[in-house]
Amino acid sequence: MDAETINLLSIALIMIFGVIGPSFAIGSIGSSALKGISRNPEAASKIQTSMVLAIAFAEALGIYALVVSLILKFV
Amino acid sequence: MLEISLKAEELFEIGSYTITNSLFLSFIVLLILSSFALMFRKKTKIIPGILQNIAELFIELLLSLMDSVLTSRKKSEKYLPLIATIFIFILVSNWLGLLPGVGSFVMHKEHGNIPLLRSPASDINFTLTLAIIAILSTNLFGISELGFSKHMKKFFNFSNPIKFFVGILEFVSEFSRMISFSFRLFGNIFAGEVLLTIVFFLVPYIAPIPFLFLEIFFGAIQALIFSMLTLVFLSIHIAKEEH
Repeated sequence: MDAETINLLSIALIMIFGVIGPSFAIGSIGSSALKGISRNPEAASKIQTSMVLAIAFAEALGIYALVVSLILKFV
Repeated sequence: MLEISLKAEELFEIGSYTITNSLFLSFIVLLILSSFALMFRKKTKIIPGILQNIAELFIELLLSLMDSVLTSRKKSEKYLPLIATIFIFILVSNWLGLLPGVGSFVMHKEHGNIPLLRSPASDINFTLTLAIIAILSTNLFGISELGFSKHMKKFFNFSNPIKFFVGILEFVSEFSRMISFSFRLFGNIFAGEVLLTIVFFLVPYIAPIPFLFLEIFFGAIQALIFSMLTLVFLSIHIAKEEH
């Protein structure tokens, strides 16, 4: 394999393994927020704000992987 | 193929100071915000007009959000300028970066065209500066609230080995906060730019609309997260240690 191929492969691998963790995290955040809302519908707005915040934190980890792969692709 | 540049391109130089395209847009944001501020300084009335009503509503919302973290209205009014400045500046710069014309107005240079405007947060220097300002000011507020020696005791504590190691971890985490702050904002906004560029390149009509909505939403969420995290770190630093 030449360097170009390895570069492209590593970009794909970074995205595969970098997205696994955040996807599990976002799934569990969403499911527990739904449980909380269905048990206590009055608290829906409060739960939603903190859910969106927590999802954004989890998503930031996937974004780090995206940044690394973008650097590999475009620099 | 379309061209995507990770770092902001240079437009021109003033002396030895280079003006990049993202710096240019952040100057425009600065101009808009300061002209708003000057306009309101003269025209504040007891019976508010439409714009003033909106601004008051917005400030009230922000204050009630801060109350939920700082637990007292007096403290939230004291620290409102820092948090609100960070929030409004990031929000306006993210949203201005989505307007048509950003990226499509180009400037002719000897080696190809470069876009005249670029979303400020898609330049790492902008986000890193904001992160350093946020972390430094939370530490300074901590010093002013608790006193210098008490604040430094959080980081350098020689009373027992456990506290010593916790202090070192705290000290390192201050720097890792800066990095995570800056890369979170940069990554989100830059990824959004790349996404929009690719979608506009593939399907120019109708298809980009949901992505534009997504980016409007993310711009607001990222501004909220940046300011909320600053607020949380601030509340940690100004909290008196309980025994």
